[in-house]
Amino acid sequence: MSQGNEIQEEPLLRVENLGITAGDTPLVTELSFSMASGERIGLIGESGSGKSLTATALLGLLPDELTPSGSAHLRGFAPDLFTAGDKAMRGLRGDEISMVFQEPLSALNPLMKIGAQVAEVMLVHRTVPTRAAAQRRAIELLASVKIPDPAQAAGAYPHQLSGGQRQRVMIAMALANDPQLLLADEPTTALDVTVQSQVLELISAQVRERGTGLLFITHDLAVVANMCTRVLVLNKGRLVESGDIEKIFTAPAHPYTRALLAASDISATDARGRLFTVDTAAGYVPPALRTEVAKGPAAGAPERSVRPAGEALITATNLDRTYHRARTRAFGPRPVVKALDDVSFSIAAGERVGIVGESGSGKSTLLRILAGLDAPSTGSAVVAGTEVAGAREADLAPLRRQLQIVFQDPMGSLDPRMKVSDIIAEPLLVPGQKLDARGREAAVHQMLGLVGLEPESASRYPHQFSGGQRQRISIARALVNRPSILVADEPVSALDVSVRAQVLNLIADLVDEYALTLLMVSHDLSVVRHLCERVIVMKDGRIVESGDTEQIYNDPVHPYTAQLVASSLDLARELAPNP
Amino acid sequence: MLVRIAGNLARFVLSLLAATLAVFALMRVLPGDPAAIAAGENATPEVVAGLAKQFGTDRPLPVQYWDWFSGLWRGDFGVSYVTRTDISPLVADKVQVSLILVTLAMALALAIAIPAGTIAAVRHNKPSGAVIAAASQLGIAVPGFLLGIVLVSFFALRLGWLPANGWVAPGVDFAGFLARLVLPVIALAGVQSAILVRYVRSAVLEVMHEDYLRTARAKGLSPLGALVRHGLRNAAIPVLTVTSVQFSALIIGAVVIERVFVIPGLGSMLLSAVGNRDLLTVQSVVMVLVAITLVVNLLVDVLYTIVDPRIRAAAQGER
Repeated sequence: MSQGNEIQEEPLLRVENLGITAGDTPLVTELSFSMASGERIGLIGESGSGKSLTATALLGLLPDELTPSGSAHLRGFAPDLFTAGDKAMRGLRGDEISMVFQEPLSALNPLMKIGAQVAEVMLVHRTVPTRAAAQRRAIELLASVKIPDPAQAAGAYPHQLSGGQRQRVMIAMALANDPQLLLADEPTTALDVTVQSQVLELISAQVRERGTGLLFITHDLAVVANMCTRVLVLNKGRLVESGDIEKIFTAPAHPYTRALLAASDISATDARGRLFTVDTAAGYVPPALRTEVAKGPAAGAPERSVRPAGEALITATNLDRTYHRARTRAFGPRPVVKALDDVSFSIAAGERVGIVGESGSGKSTLLRILAGLDAPSTGSAVVAGTEVAGAREADLAPLRRQLQIVFQDPMGSLDPRMKVSDIIAEPLLVPGQKLDARGREAAVHQMLGLVGLEPESASRYPHQFSGGQRQRISIARALVNRPSILVADEPVSALDVSVRAQVLNLIADLVDEYALTLLMVSHDLSVVRHLCERVIVMKDGRIVESGDTEQIYNDPVHPYTAQLVASSLDLARELAPNP
Repeated sequence: MLVRIAGNLARFVLSLLAATLAVFALMRVLPGDPAAIAAGENATPEVVAGLAKQFGTDRPLPVQYWDWFSGLWRGDFGVSYVTRTDISPLVADKVQVSLILVTLAMALALAIAIPAGTIAAVRHNKPSGAVIAAASQLGIAVPGFLLGIVLVSFFALRLGWLPANGWVAPGVDFAGFLARLVLPVIALAGVQSAILVRYVRSAVLEVMHEDYLRTARAKGLSPLGALVRHGLRNAAIPVLTVTSVQFSALIIGAVVIERVFVIPGLGSMLLSAVGNRDLLTVQSVVMVLVAITLVVNLLVDVLYTIVDPRIRAAAQGER
């Protein structure tokens, strides 16, 4: 860690008074910072704080309707980055300044081979003499970002690689010409936890090795603690605080920084066992100062009133679900994918159970089967007295009343052309519900109050709400017909940290209030740890481990669980002095 | 990839078989016994029965179908009940005329629409883009035959540069063939390019907002370079779909233009056959149209497979 290096050399990047406006609306205001060569700076803020815009402005790729003001200088490049003009900037982009984007699948051209896409950035800047040399260099680069069988990967298309591999390709592409400055915009948000830590390590190792300056954009403070030496905290387009990692994370001066820290620290809870939110952050103690108190309730999951375990409400027995893929050879067998492989478990009424696993582990398939949206190939699943296997739609009506789902993406799962009141009331329209229009209206208003939304929200449309509010609407819709089972499929993974805590608190409250059985799927162990007393760990369609959450978290038996625990970035652990 | 193309081929053959059945059945459902029509209103039942025997329409339907179906494979459509002439050579002639006309018109339309639509998308918030978009709206509103008549009155009648109408086979007089082709092809392509501009524009606009175009710009490519290298192939797929649909529709839809320019195409043939209640000719022409449509779809499917590696893999789970 190079800190306190006070030699008066010209900074790698100097940004002064950056302002970005859309018409008259300021999006970024008076942002100034400088970066020494090889320095790694974290740019933190929630969605809409202007952090991605800042990076885009440095590349000179702001949309036409946005105009930057102020100035930015890169060492060795005379003109101001904001006024240099596209032709001059083109020489810099991909050569001196590179960027890694958030979503590696959409950031790669789906119709172009990986090798060609990596080679292109070298051919554009003529850093290699020939096309063949570029191709060779591309394969070397793919090897350097640890893609297995790089020569074969070079001939593959993006959809044939995994998410983590695609992001590795993006990194190889960004570093191909050895840029001075690497901009990384939430590069791991779309990735699985175990993959996330590998990709972060890769970025870290590559920029250290090459002495590349890194501007790392994220909303996740645990990630920044891992990657950067210095942090800039943005709120609503303004720099509210900046400083060394240690200072920001132990003695945050600005209330907003403190709030963000409190909200991202999911291992900390207040006196009532609830997660800290932006509003309650005043009572939050940063983890580094929590050393001895850590044995208290603040360290682990909150103490809960343990409810007497009822009889089994959900019983899955030897569930199998196989999919057939399209043939790869004309007369060969059709490849079979086992999404679920001999899955058995039972959940008692009133239990809170988390299912943890990475993408492709079968957890979503399992949820779909339990919800009666998919049928198992073999095996049986009895949910609230209804056998799901082989059931016809008509047989599933009782299940549909008993079990409701909150989905991951609160934008995609709400009909954009339906009013909130109609969205929430829709479960009341299934046959068997006897409420009239007035009764439904009353129920909608009650639910809105319960999830903390204004009564006026009823006549609005989903796009008029923020992500957290939309997830509240989803929860209201799920609970309106008083189900006994609430299924939550990654309910907070699409939300900002500060909102995440609020939604998790809300779910915890409602589960208690309605005596719900909670089944929550998440890739994030810490979220499950906070809400659920029991956890089921899945990998490749199988249950590898299950049991008491705290026990599994502290003492995992299966190597995969151990890896999962080790990979999930925990703020307290990241800041702990290295053993 | 070959697996997918083989699958497409199999589906093509099955569709074609199903189409022969459907077309045959449809024609039998239509009212009017061909023998009675051919014999005229005042014919005696004996005459009608004689004609029915001659046409073979007195035999059971499966036999008639088999007769027709097996003829199809030999390229023999049978003899018209009305004109008493062989249908096949006639149809072959007209198919050739229609295919030449429509293929050239679609090629011209694409040659205009791809650059125009791309420019309209790239400059969508500049006046030039708006002008192209407005012109395409206008172009869709102007009927093709009107454009044809205007073209004839200007280039043929006033300037005398080109013949006003007619058709010469390319083997007979190639220069004359080309000269007679110019105006109808332009008249047909006019509306088509106006339609296609809209699709090209929206496809390119959509692609311009894709993340991988931003990636291309972040690599240092110019806006145009990024669009050409990364955007156009991605934008090709929806355009390909519309082109194939328009092509099939135009084979018959060209009938109005054929009338204006006195061109003996498939559309005109079908129209007069329907007017004459020439059942077997109608049946043959419809069958040919179905076959052309299926061939076009097959080609487009294969093109999709070539353009998009994701379609090549098609590794989607099935229920």
